[in-house]
Amino acid sequence: MRPIYDVAIVGSGAGGGMAAYMLTKAGANVILLEAGAPWNAIADGAMLTWPYESPRRGASTPTHHFGEFDACIGGWSLDGEPYTSAPGSQFMWWRARMLGGRTNHWGRISLRWGPDDFRRKSIDGLGDNWPITYDDVKPWYDETDRLIGLFGSNEGLPNDPDGVFLPPPKPRCFELLIKQACDKTAVRCIPARLSILTKPVNGRAACHYCGQCSRGCKTNSNFSSPGVLIEPAQRTGKLTLLTNAMVREVTAGQDGLATGVSYIDKTTGADEHVRARIVVLAASACESARLLLNSGLSNHSGLVGQYLTDTTGTDVSGYIPRMADHITHNEDGVGGMHLYMPWWVDNKTLDFPRGYHIEPSGGLHLPAYGFMSDTMRHVSHAGYGKALKADYRRLYGATVNFSGRGEMIPNADSYCEIDPNVVDRWGIPVLRFHWKWTDYEYKQVKHMQETFRSLISAMGGEPLTPMPTAAEGYGIAAGGQIIHELGTTRMGRDPSTSVLNPWCQSHEVKNLFVVDGGPFVSQADKNPTWTILALAMRTSDYIATQRKSGAL
Amino acid sequence: MSELSRREMVAWLATLPIAQAALAAERALRSTAPFTPKFFTPHEWRTVRLLVDAIIPRDDRSGSATDAGVPEFMDFIMTDRPQERLPMRGGLRWLDNHCHDQFNAAFADCTPAQQTSVLDKISSPPVEFFTMFRDLTATGFWSSKMGVADLRYIGNTVVHEWTGCPDAALSKLGVSY
Repeated sequence: MRPIYDVAIVGSGAGGGMAAYMLTKAGANVILLEAGAPWNAIADGAMLTWPYESPRRGASTPTHHFGEFDACIGGWSLDGEPYTSAPGSQFMWWRARMLGGRTNHWGRISLRWGPDDFRRKSIDGLGDNWPITYDDVKPWYDETDRLIGLFGSNEGLPNDPDGVFLPPPKPRCFELLIKQACDKTAVRCIPARLSILTKPVNGRAACHYCGQCSRGCKTNSNFSSPGVLIEPAQRTGKLTLLTNAMVREVTAGQDGLATGVSYIDKTTGADEHVRARIVVLAASACESARLLLNSGLSNHSGLVGQYLTDTTGTDVSGYIPRMADHITHNEDGVGGMHLYMPWWVDNKTLDFPRGYHIEPSGGLHLPAYGFMSDTMRHVSHAGYGKALKADYRRLYGATVNFSGRGEMIPNADSYCEIDPNVVDRWGIPVLRFHWKWTDYEYKQVKHMQETFRSLISAMGGEPLTPMPTAAEGYGIAAGGQIIHELGTTRMGRDPSTSVLNPWCQSHEVKNLFVVDGGPFVSQADKNPTWTILALAMRTSDYIATQRKSGAL
Repeated sequence: MSELSRREMVAWLATLPIAQAALAAERALRSTAPFTPKFFTPHEWRTVRLLVDAIIPRDDRSGSATDAGVPEFMDFIMTDRPQERLPMRGGLRWLDNHCHDQFNAAFADCTPAQQTSVLDKISSPPVEFFTMFRDLTATGFWSSKMGVADLRYIGNTVVHEWTGCPDAALSKLGVSY
């Protein structure tokens, strides 16, 4: 007789990893199914590798879209796993196929959401309010802060709440120049909030400032699910981990309750089934929606796959003459910005809703494939020879980049559905994406471009590229390019307008939960991962309580 | 993993294996046996070797692009990145066509003065082939061991305590903590 697990979790990223951690700690027998291969930063990561240790010097490969040394296996296109787009729609769908998923390569930008972010409709009439408030989530943010560890500073800001922060690292040289420009232009600039340890936490060593978080950390000093959540879960003895397991369906019984999941064992090709009393989906927002749609479950509302959103984004780089002929020093720092700019403008003065935060970067980097090509294209006139060689030395480290990450309003024209005509290599019907930016987003991104150019100007610099035109969408990144998909299984109190209840529990299938970005009712001017973690912790606690009382 | 002291962590990090395949490939690039390109024809190879050294010559701080193994790097990239092949092969042919029109000789067979005049023409303002070739030369040079040392990049290492921007840089930039 095949075993019945207490909980089957699909996906080992932020939400799935947190659920595995919490539920094994609560005594449940958990099986965690991951579509990708096992991956371990210590054995498999490229931290502290020099570019010349590889003949391609860090360039991207078909399996590593962000560079061969980057931790991520996978990308916007996967061999044998296509997706389609409706005519006129452009969406890029990222799949990280590895243990820990996107948490291996993400930016560690860990911004808890503020009170306004859960009730935007009450503020500007757009979109919908969440059925929960910041106060409901705050205790879980606090616990997540303590469990995982992040650095930052308490600033007493109304919508960028204080947290349980480790001390932030001192700004880099160029970040001090950026702060100076922000002070001149009245843009608030404060220490960043990244889940990178500046002091040891829970037996994990503090960061050694090699700046290579995205390669995976061999000392477990940043947050990725395998090192921080899955390994402790395994140490309870209550976790069964299945990798290379492509889940294709949530199975249900006559009573409408979930009975487990069917999956394809990628190593043997066999079709398998796992029995579980509770199923938790955490395969990433679109992948979990795809599972529900292919399973024919939990969609009386018709909202599975609907209200798909991504973060708005654009970048401007600038050459800063004052930064040329730099003083030699090690500018690596952590694998991310030491300072950032949370949303600072009163929307009453603007022609678009919501806001964005700014992520600065620049300065001296480890040379890699593509070295200084943008700078040289736009700044150097040296041609070739000794003068060119001298220009590389002079201009190395003399650019800055600003990236905006902002809040989209969910719209009914942006969603994913099953494409009835296409299956992937596993025989699983694929998603078809519909996508549309509106003027809300275009105007917001225009503001990003204008702000970044004024910051570069305040630094005495020149942007490398001209201001994008309206026809170019003001430089807005494509849907899916920022990799923050949210909303495809939204939560709410009313089953006719939501898929999940405020506990991320399916309205229709009481033993089915979703803990990735799907339940989100809105985006924010902040990244989603810290909220995915806090909500997954909260939902897991709810599941544990319900199990204890016999309700589940 | 239990908490390591800083010293233990540095010692432990030093024992981590580097991917054997990558190391073997890098050794192969540096081997003393004559290199046989897998992509470039013998004529293209002559042209590439001349071009890279014109772009990044030896000077008093470091060697030239050929000293740093840039042509070998480029040949590998051509085998590794199919999308780069046509711009490279077509561009080298375009260059030779241009030289034939001017001097009745391929670039590699022109005199140094002729080569200089052609380079001046295609680099200022830069034609797209020149920009691509220069960028690839630069990637190969500055990401080599010689190039990283020339730049005086001193990161990619374990830092016990992050002390931020050094005083000399603070005063040069006119900023402070």
